[in-house]
Order: sequence, then C-alpha cells, then structure tokens
Amino acid sequence: FTLSIYLSIYLSIYLSIYLSVCLSDSAGQFFSSGHTNNWAVLVCTSRFWFNYRHVANTLSVYRSVKRLGIPDSHIVLMLADDMACNHRNPKPATVFSHKNMELNVYGDDVEVDYRGYEVTVENFLRVLTGRLPPSTPRSKRLLSDDRSNILIYLTGHGGNGFLKFQDSEEISNVELADAFEQMWQKRRYNELLFIIDTCQGASMYERFYSPNLMALASSQVGEDSLSHQPDLAIGVHLMDRYTFYLLEFLEDIHPASKANMNDLFKVCPKSQCVSTPGHRTDLFLRDPGSVLITDFFGSVRKVEITTEAIDLTDPIKEVEERPANGDVHKEMHSYVDQLPVSEIIHQKPKQKDWHPPDGFILGLWTLILLVFFQTYGVKHLRHIF
Amino acid sequence: KQNAAAQKQAEPAVLQPTPQPKDDFQEELVVRPLHSGDIYASFQFRTLWETDFMRGNKVSHYRLFPKSLGQVISKFSVRELHISFTQGYWRTMQWGQPYLPSPPGAELWVWFQDSVTDVDATWKELTNVLSGIFCASLNFIDSTNTVQPSASFKPLGIGNVTDHRFLRYATLPREIVCTENLTPWKKLLPCGSKAGLAVLLKSEKLFHSSFHSQAVHIRPVCQDWQCKTTSWELRQTLNVVFDLHNSGQGKREWSLFKMFSRTLTEACPLASSSKIYIDITDNPEQFELSPATSLLSQAMVLGDRRTFSVYDLTQQDTFGSVRSLNLLIRWKSTEGDMLRPLLHAERYVAGYGLQTGEIHTLMYNHHPYRSFPVLLLDSVPWYLRLYIHTLTVTSKGKDNKPSYIHYQPSKDRVRPHLLEMLVQLPPNSVTEVTVQFERALLKWTEYTPDPNHGFYVGSSVISSLVPSTVAMDTNSTRERPLFSSFFPCKEESSYFVRVYTEPLLVNLPTPDFSMPYNVICLTCTVVAVGYGSLYNLLTRSFQIEEPSPGLAKRIANVIRKMRGVPPL
Repeated sequence: FTLSIYLSIYLSIYLSIYLSVCLSDSAGQFFSSGHTNNWAVLVCTSRFWFNYRHVANTLSVYRSVKRLGIPDSHIVLMLADDMACNHRNPKPATVFSHKNMELNVYGDDVEVDYRGYEVTVENFLRVLTGRLPPSTPRSKRLLSDDRSNILIYLTGHGGNGFLKFQDSEEISNVELADAFEQMWQKRRYNELLFIIDTCQGASMYERFYSPNLMALASSQVGEDSLSHQPDLAIGVHLMDRYTFYLLEFLEDIHPASKANMNDLFKVCPKSQCVSTPGHRTDLFLRDPGSVLITDFFGSVRKVEITTEAIDLTDPIKEVEERPANGDVHKEMHSYVDQLPVSEIIHQKPKQKDWHPPDGFILGLWTLILLVFFQTYGVKHLRHIF
Repeated sequence: KQNAAAQKQAEPAVLQPTPQPKDDFQEELVVRPLHSGDIYASFQFRTLWETDFMRGNKVSHYRLFPKSLGQVISKFSVRELHISFTQGYWRTMQWGQPYLPSPPGAELWVWFQDSVTDVDATWKELTNVLSGIFCASLNFIDSTNTVQPSASFKPLGIGNVTDHRFLRYATLPREIVCTENLTPWKKLLPCGSKAGLAVLLKSEKLFHSSFHSQAVHIRPVCQDWQCKTTSWELRQTLNVVFDLHNSGQGKREWSLFKMFSRTLTEACPLASSSKIYIDITDNPEQFELSPATSLLSQAMVLGDRRTFSVYDLTQQDTFGSVRSLNLLIRWKSTEGDMLRPLLHAERYVAGYGLQTGEIHTLMYNHHPYRSFPVLLLDSVPWYLRLYIHTLTVTSKGKDNKPSYIHYQPSKDRVRPHLLEMLVQLPPNSVTEVTVQFERALLKWTEYTPDPNHGFYVGSSVISSLVPSTVAMDTNSTRERPLFSSFFPCKEESSYFVRVYTEPLLVNLPTPDFSMPYNVICLTCTVVAVGYGSLYNLLTRSFQIEEPSPGLAKRIANVIRKMRGVPPL
C-alpha cells in the first residue's frame, strides 16, 4: 500500500517535471537566439577624398542594416570625413557604391552620430565601453544591455595588429580585445559580430578572448585588401572588394530570410576578392550554422499573438487649465532696441569679479618676504606681531 | 437648453469641449530672382505657441511645437536660441542683402534666463544636447571659441533685461553641412517632409547650390498689439541660392521643378497659412511668370518697398486642373541693374611667412550722403596673438576713432580675443580696420589630423542700423509676411541689418609629424653604432684565437689523442 503511495507520488512528480519541461521548451524556442534588441556600431576611420571608398563601405553596411530593420536610434555611425558634401564631389549629397552612379548609399535620411574630428580612438572605445561624459546625447551612446546583439563594422587602413584612425593615431588589436572584455564584464552584449575590412584584417581579431564573439575579416595577415572599381566621373575607387560583395549578398537578404552565418563566411572567395577572407568562431557558443544573418544585421521582433481580453482603464478626462492670477496687472513687454547707440557709448565697464591672486603673484610675494626675513633675521618677527 | 444642461450633469464622464488650439503653424516660400541670373529661395516655417516653459508646471502635451526643442528650452532655461548651419558664402555685391544673414559654418548664440546661476556649465551642456539633435559636432564649442559680446546680439524677442552676462556666442567655421543635418531639421516640422512646402526640400538639389543655409530661431514674441502675454515662436528657415550655370544649365529660366526636382501638390494640412511669394519688383515687364496669379502684395523689407505675386496654397484653385503647382519664371531681357546694397564688408589676411600677419577688415558705405554707425564684433582664436596697439581704423585716409571699444584679451588655451567697436562710417567711403598678429606654435597634440589645411578664424559680425529709402513698418503685430517680420523695427527711417564677412584661413607653423619616428631611428642608429663601438673598444678584452685547423689535421689530432701523444 505504502509502495503504491510512493509510486503515485513519484509518478506525479515525474509528470509535473515533464510538463514544466515542455512549457519551458516552448518558451525556450521563443527566446532561442537569446537576444531582444539589436545595435550596430559602424565606423569609417579614414580621412581625405581618396579614401572615398571607406565611407562608401560604411554607408553600404548602414543602408543594409537600416533596410533590415535596425532604427537610427540603435545605430552609432561614425564617419571620419565628409565625402557627400565634399567640394570635390561632382554630385553633392551622394555617395555611390556602384560605378555609373547606380546606387546612392548616402540616401535621403542618413543620421551620422560622430563625424569629422570626433572619430578618434578614445571616442570609439568610450562608445563601446559606455564611459561617456554625462552630457553626451542619446544618439551618441551605445545603450546596449545583456540581451543585445551588436554588429561592429570597421573599415579603413590597417596593418598587422593595428587600425589607423584619421592618419594620426591607431588602435591595436590588444586594446580592442580588452574593450570587448570590458563589454563582456559589464554585460553590454549578448552576442557580438565583428567585421573588419582593412589590409591584414585578420590580425585584429587574433587577440580576442571574451565569449560570444564572432569575427570576420577581409584578408589574412600578410595580405592586402583591394579596392573594387573606380568611377571615372568621380575619380576615385568607390568600394572595397570585400564590402562590395558583402553588399551584394546583403541586398538579397530580407527580414524573413533564413540565411545563416555559413553563407556569410562564403562571401567573396579568393577568386573575387584576391585576398582570403577569414573568420573566427571558436569563442562563439552557438553553432554558426544556426545563427541567422538577421540576428545581427536585422532587428526582427518576435511577436506572440494572444486572444486574451485586457481591460483598459477609465478614459482620461481633460483638465482645463486654471487661468493665471494677476491677469490685470501684467506689464507691457516690448522688443529690445537692436543697436542703442547712446546706451552703448555710455556703457559702464562691467565689474570684474575678484579672483584670488595668481600663482605668479603669490610666488613674488613669497620671495619678497623671504628676502626680508633673511636680511633682518627671524627674531624680529617677535617685534612685528 | 435645459435638456442639454441636464444631460451634461447626468454624464460627468463626458469630455469637456476641446479648448481652442493655442498653437499656430505658418509656412512660406519667397523666391527672388537675382540680377546675375541666379535664383534665391527662402523657406520659413513658423510655429507660435502660447505656453509658458518657465513656470513650475512641466509642459507635457506637445502638438505642433517639437518636443525635443521644448524640452531643451525648459531644461536649460533658454530665453532665446539661434542656431544656423551654412555652406557657402553670401555674395552681397552680386546678390543683395539676404532676408536672414548667416556666417559660413555653424553659429550658435543663446540668451539664458536670469534664473541661471552657472551660465558656462549650462552652455556646455546645451551645446552637447544640440549636437545630438542636429547631428553636428557642436560639442567642439568650448571656452576657446565662446565669447560674451558686450553690445552686439541684443535679444530679438521681447524682454526688458539685457544683462550681457547671460549671452553666449560661438561659431564653428569648419563645420560641414550635409544631409545628416537636414534630416533632423526636417523632422522638427509638424508635417515633416511629407506635405506642404517641405516636400521641395530634397538634399540632392539643395546641396548642389552656391549657398545653403538652414537655421532654427526660438524666441518669445508678443501675442497681440497690447503685448501683455507672450508666446514662443519657433522659426525654421532655409535659404538657398541656385547657380545659373551649375543648376540652371545657363538658361535664364527657372521653375520649381528645375530648382527642387519636385512640384507642389498640397499645403500642409496643419498650417493656417501656406504661401509662395515671388519678388517681381525689379521691372515686372522683364520676366514672365506662369501660372499667372492676380494676388499681389507689397511689403517693406530691407529698406525697400517690394512687390510680390502671391500664390496661396490653401486655396485649391492655385493648383489648377493638373493638381500640381510648378511655377515658371522666364527672363525676357537682361537689362537693368539691381539696388546696390548700402553696407558691405570684406576681410582678408595680409603679410607673408608663418610668423606674423595682419588682418584687414573693410567696411563699405555706399550711401551717397548719410553716415551711420556700425558695431563690429571680432572673435579671434588665441593662437593668433593680436597686437592691439597696432589697431588702426581709417576712413578716407584719415583716422576714424571709434566711439566705443571693448577688448577682452585672450588667454592661451582658455578663451579667444574679443574685440567690439562702434564705428561711424562716413558716407560713400571705405573704412579699413587693421590689426597685426603673431602666430603661435601649438602643442603637438593640439593639431588636427589635417593641419596643413590651415586653421579657421570665424567671420566678423557687423551689426548696423542702415537708413532706408522708404518708411519701414513699425507695427509689429499686423499681419505681415514672415520674411519681413524677423528683425523688430523700432523706427521708421532705418532698418537693422547684420553682415558677416568671410572666415579667414591661416596657416600656423606646423611641425613635421613624421619627425618623431625619424628622430628615434636616427638616434638609435647613432647610439648603437657610435657609442656601442666605443664601449666595446674600451671595456672588452681581446684574446687571440687559433684558427680552427683543416679536416686532415683534425683527424690526425684525434688519432694522436688516442695514441696519447700531444696534438699538432
């Protein structure tokens, strides 16, 4: 009899566990990718007109990312120089990626967050780690949390272990790896995809050591990434090869597409790119074949349809504003005289605020006092006080 | 009536009738054909809102007024805010005076309320917030390029107190204007860029022009003639000048489609007035305007009485049977000359070498017999050390002593020079202001990544009351087109005008930035070769070493060792 009781208890426990596993499984499927929001940090690090292609690279990725759903508030776009309204641009307010001016990647509603001299190594690292001055506006911050998938794209001139910012400073692969480790420790990302299109780009991801990082580069150590095609009307090379073929690949992706990372690794083989693109997935916990492209490039929201009815609160009543008191006794305002000549001529100089004496004055007085007391001896101090 | 009252009492949950909307939006486009064949288009969008940001209760219901700007006003206790982004330089002698002047680059000047205790800290935070709103690098505005003018830039809105402690002015002459600045600017409009005049604002055409300027002006204005209550006015203005040869293909024929690659189909539904004014004062027989309109209007603007043809977009019949409006302006002859602007200014740097130089500012007074005072504001960065004892002001060859000079010297890396002078310009003359300067050598971290481009000095600002040819309208509350009511007019015989000079580009002595690398290589080589060899010679002892014997001898030695005999 007791045995049957034990058996029934055991069975009920087993059944409840089984049911809960089933329920959590469906909830688990709901959040299988683990992320709830997407961010993108797109950086072009080169200045000067002949580096037009780097700006075009960054803007093509910006365009794809925006097209697949990530809003401007979740994109931090850093362009080190202005190519669209550059005086050498024969078609102002445009940046083309294909020759014969087929595709304007600059578009009509671009929002650049960091531009010109603001694109520095310090600002880039501050954006990544979140250590920005308190008055920085929201559009310049990376407000990611531990459920964010972040796409980071860098392009410019680089070498073995470094990336050059604006011809005056560089960021090394060790610094970058440490920045990502800081992000991991502060739980600023769920998964991170790092794409770099520079010469010897694979050296930049060699030093990564934080979990959940996947990296792609356009060339191996010792190889140069080459540019694609010049446009004779504009006079410069328009895109780099790797990003050109990446753009062509992304143009076929739509928000519901099921293409995964293995397809992305195949973009631009050696026959098209001349350099060998590389990738690194050992730090990534999931299998790249199960990671969708839209997990990083798009912002796909999962929607659960419910048939429950929800009660809304009572309708809001509009409150009428109380009329201001003292209506009758308001003074009459008037416009200010723009150039009151007589007032200006007879203006008194404003009182200068008193400042404590500067270091030089203090030093001078100390010297005078020292000389005085040395000459006359310290024992005379008694007579003075 | 009794039933209605009873009904109202029976249903206390019924909403009160919505109050009259207290905000108003007007849009306007003025097109002025210029004498050189270029065309000048000026958009103005004005939102008036009767509210009080400064009282205790927070404003939370925004309708036409953009929320981002309303929050900026209340958080930073702003009394007036004027910000402009300009690409290109306004050529006064060829184009006349603009309706709204602006200097090349970015310019920001703000009057704060009396309640602000730390103006500098508030200014710094305000520039950071505005850089996020307008996607511009306004965060580069700091104490090294901010000045506090003592007599210029009086408030353009209503107010009694003008303590210049609450005024801050800064320019960024290097600031680039492109689509990323136009996008957030368009988003501030109530209709966005979807309806009304803002559909014409396409960046590909707007930036392919000789001059492009967009600005935002916020100030308190009088609501009615009594002026007892104030309302906040937000004006968004966009001035653009299209070049005859670049955009016009050399033909003196302009249309809305040619200028903007769009035509108008409707007015903004939220606008109470939506009008287009075409300036036809200059010899109306000289050009042909189609579609024809019978509405004419006259306005006193820039000291002159101008006649305008008016197209009212709120009337459906303006669009005709094709339901779209494409104005066409065709010149018939190119005779006649334009009204010469009375005040005009130039500035340039003279001298040679990278040590010293001289700044010359020339102010032209083209009035035949009247003289008028001008207020010149110069803000020079600290790395050009001005020698104020060499300041000379000459008109017609004679010395012209200014009646008011305010000079604040610069402090290295802290603040720039500020020079303000009130000068009386004699009639029909050129007044030249010269001052010598010396160039400073910056620390190597202070150079920009492209230092060989040069360093910019912001434009000088010349504010003046210029005598007008017709009596100006001093009644500020009458219904006037927006472009004529920007600067408040206090007297009839003169009008206020502000002229900006060119910014200067000076080269500072620039070090060769590859030198640290070269120096390290050279020094290490010299140390290694020179000192290293000397050290070795002095500290090492030499031992004679036998050369190793040949193979045969080595085998023989091995055999001899085995035999126990001493080697060879």
